[in-house]
Amino acid sequence: MGQRILIADDEANIVVSLEYMMKRAGYEVLIARDGREALGMIERERPDLVLLDAMMPGMSGFDVCQAVRASEALRGTRILMITAKGRETDLARGMGVGVDAYLTKPFSTRLLLGKVQELLAAG
Amino acid sequence: MKADRRLLLALTVPGLALAAWAIAGSVLFWLTLDPAQRSQVVGAFAPLLETHGLLPVLWWLAAAAAAAWVLYRLHDRHVAATARLAESAEVLIGDVDTPELASQGGEPVRRLAAAINALARQRAVLHEDVARQVGEANRQLAQERNRLAALMAELAQSVVVCNLDGRILLYNARARALFRASTHMPAAGAELIGLGRSIYAVFDRGLVAHALESIEQGMARPDGGEASPATQFVTSMPDGQLLRVQMAPVRAASSTSPAAGELDGFVLMLEDISEQFDQQSRRDLHLMQLTEGSRAALASVQAALDMLELPDLEAAMRARFQGVVRDEIAAMGRQLDSMTQASSTDLMTRWPLQDMPGADLVSAAARRIAAVTGASVTAPEVDGSLWLKVDSFSLVQALVHLAGCLVGEFGLRTLQLRLSRADSRAHLDLLWSGHPVNTETVMAWQLGAMQLGQQQSPLSVREVVQRHGGEIWFERERARQLAFFRFLLPLAAQQQLPESGANASPGASRPEFYDFDLFRASDSSRALEDRALDELAYTVFDTETTGLDPAGGDRIIQIGATRIVNGRLLRGECFEQLVDPQRLIPESSTRIHGITQDMVRGRPNIEKALPMFHAFARDTVLVGHNVAFDMRFLQLAQAASGVRFEQPVLDTLLLSAVVHPSQASHALEAIAARLGVGVAGRHTAVGDALATAEVFLKLIGLLRLQGIVTLGQAREAARKSYYAGIRY
Repeated sequence: MGQRILIADDEANIVVSLEYMMKRAGYEVLIARDGREALGMIERERPDLVLLDAMMPGMSGFDVCQAVRASEALRGTRILMITAKGRETDLARGMGVGVDAYLTKPFSTRLLLGKVQELLAAG
Repeated sequence: MKADRRLLLALTVPGLALAAWAIAGSVLFWLTLDPAQRSQVVGAFAPLLETHGLLPVLWWLAAAAAAAWVLYRLHDRHVAATARLAESAEVLIGDVDTPELASQGGEPVRRLAAAINALARQRAVLHEDVARQVGEANRQLAQERNRLAALMAELAQSVVVCNLDGRILLYNARARALFRASTHMPAAGAELIGLGRSIYAVFDRGLVAHALESIEQGMARPDGGEASPATQFVTSMPDGQLLRVQMAPVRAASSTSPAAGELDGFVLMLEDISEQFDQQSRRDLHLMQLTEGSRAALASVQAALDMLELPDLEAAMRARFQGVVRDEIAAMGRQLDSMTQASSTDLMTRWPLQDMPGADLVSAAARRIAAVTGASVTAPEVDGSLWLKVDSFSLVQALVHLAGCLVGEFGLRTLQLRLSRADSRAHLDLLWSGHPVNTETVMAWQLGAMQLGQQQSPLSVREVVQRHGGEIWFERERARQLAFFRFLLPLAAQQQLPESGANASPGASRPEFYDFDLFRASDSSRALEDRALDELAYTVFDTETTGLDPAGGDRIIQIGATRIVNGRLLRGECFEQLVDPQRLIPESSTRIHGITQDMVRGRPNIEKALPMFHAFARDTVLVGHNVAFDMRFLQLAQAASGVRFEQPVLDTLLLSAVVHPSQASHALEAIAARLGVGVAGRHTAVGDALATAEVFLKLIGLLRLQGIVTLGQAREAARKSYYAGIRY
């Protein structure tokens, strides 16, 4: 397969599980711990999909997504936003800035994996 | 004289006519005679001419006199009497109280006079009737006003009524207490609220103007006559108190319907919501921390558990996931602990919001953006059925700020606003064509302090959005080459305004704090100098001092003042402040004013007291008796206290000299006695100020009799008066 996934989340405890699961599923995994680092990696490494946490210190997931969608080169990157913000306003904002899918924490990893595969297949 | 000469000429006419008739008869008789007969007649009459010639002349004179007399009588009875009657009747037209017309002249003239008198009596009765009805109406009006004011005084809510200039014309005791508590004015009565004072001393002018504008919009809507177009806003006081202010219009009565008149003023109902707002904010914050924190932790735990369920997990990884689960559970426990302990915080809060039609918000924002940035704003796509729940003041500021940023960055000439429904919320978009904005800039615009033309707001766009529990983001419509900022805003739950649950408590009350004549008053329509004395606001004051020589070290130890607004003395709005002179009070002066060293101990010094008095006297003309003396003391203290008294000053001593130039004494007692003003509490500052105020009110009336009506005329007359030469 050789598809690459970037996990951008500042909480190490969830990154551990997501990384393990994605590697197990056969993806190449990159990790970023805040928004700025994530945007840098997207520009350099061009991952196929980003698991993007909405709330990160400095640049939020919303800001990262907005920047990606604004760039001609990066626009095609799949973005799956995962967030602890459960309000519908957050969901609306996520959709507004152009995420491909949106998951509210907590979620089942099976569901997450399904979404990831679905998005990559669609691309 | 001309009429008299004509009358004399007229009176000679019968005599002359008689003479002419007789002469003509004689001449005709003479012509019928032949020469013999003529000589016979001459022969018969010639000798008689010598002896009896005078007889026919006298006879003719008697007849002429009699005819003249008859003619004169006729003229007097019928012509002259009618003319006199006409003159009297003309006087009667001008003045109802003229005595009845005298009965004179001939019978028809007498009857005419009687008829006119009857008409005049009828008119007098009517006149009296109208005056009585007007008096009755005025009494009823006064009674209704008293009743209204009594009701206001008893309201549990704080109420302030202002005219369109923001001048206060009614307030109740609760409003007074509210502002007194929030401004910490130590001197009794030195508050910001008072009849004729400006509400803008308390509230930001822009905030009130914004609220008024939305009320006017409400009134302009087709159904504006039916619904009550009230609005509300929340503002903070200098000491951090948070007030919710409900504003309702006062409309000028119109003939068709009382609700359809022009905006004439506004009613403010104030509520201190600091406490409930704090509580609510804390609750909201805790709730948010709890939910978002828990979600994140649960997500980590669930993901770890999912991994642990995998059958082929190697031991090292198993230990690691178990560690994650333990770690997260411990963290959640700690968070719950801190949550229960935390009591206060100053993080994101939800601001109290008001319901308003979305279209009103859009048009208000469009106007503001156009006014501040100069760009033209269109709003072709607005869903007029939407009611929003917003803080319109800060939201409009946010839109103006973003528009200003766009205009500054790209030099845009046109912007667009768009409002549409999005499920249970609304999208409010600020659109422009082309020019995408990069993410860094968007963040800077949203997080930086808002810039509104020359002014800066302490808030950022993101904070404004957070107040609404909403969101904002930047989006592009590639197909239409459009870029926009989208505000996600809450819709109003119900679309009617809250009922004001104000009840009047029973019991007698004394109406106090109102002056409805201020509705008619208008600021700045004329220069101060040209305004009438009886329509100005005055601060009448007096000072007590340690002695008579300010240059020699004497100081103010007491300031007392009262206010006159619209020709009415406001005994309820007095200012009284003892001042520590920071020197010894001589025994000799204590005998006059009764103020001892003990009484001024711990009182503010003049540097602190003078600004309080300055605030009390704001926007008024200063009045005092022999005020030059007091002004010397005030001016000496001005520099140290940082305030300046720049308003006009009137002196009752000089004005008394204008009114009664020949009187020997213009001492306050002497003037008061002359004008029938009772003086109580002489030589306390407030007592003297009150006496001076009453004297001043009487003087205004006396000055008017001399044609001195305006402030400028009064100052000029005082300047020219004899006593004006005296200097202290």
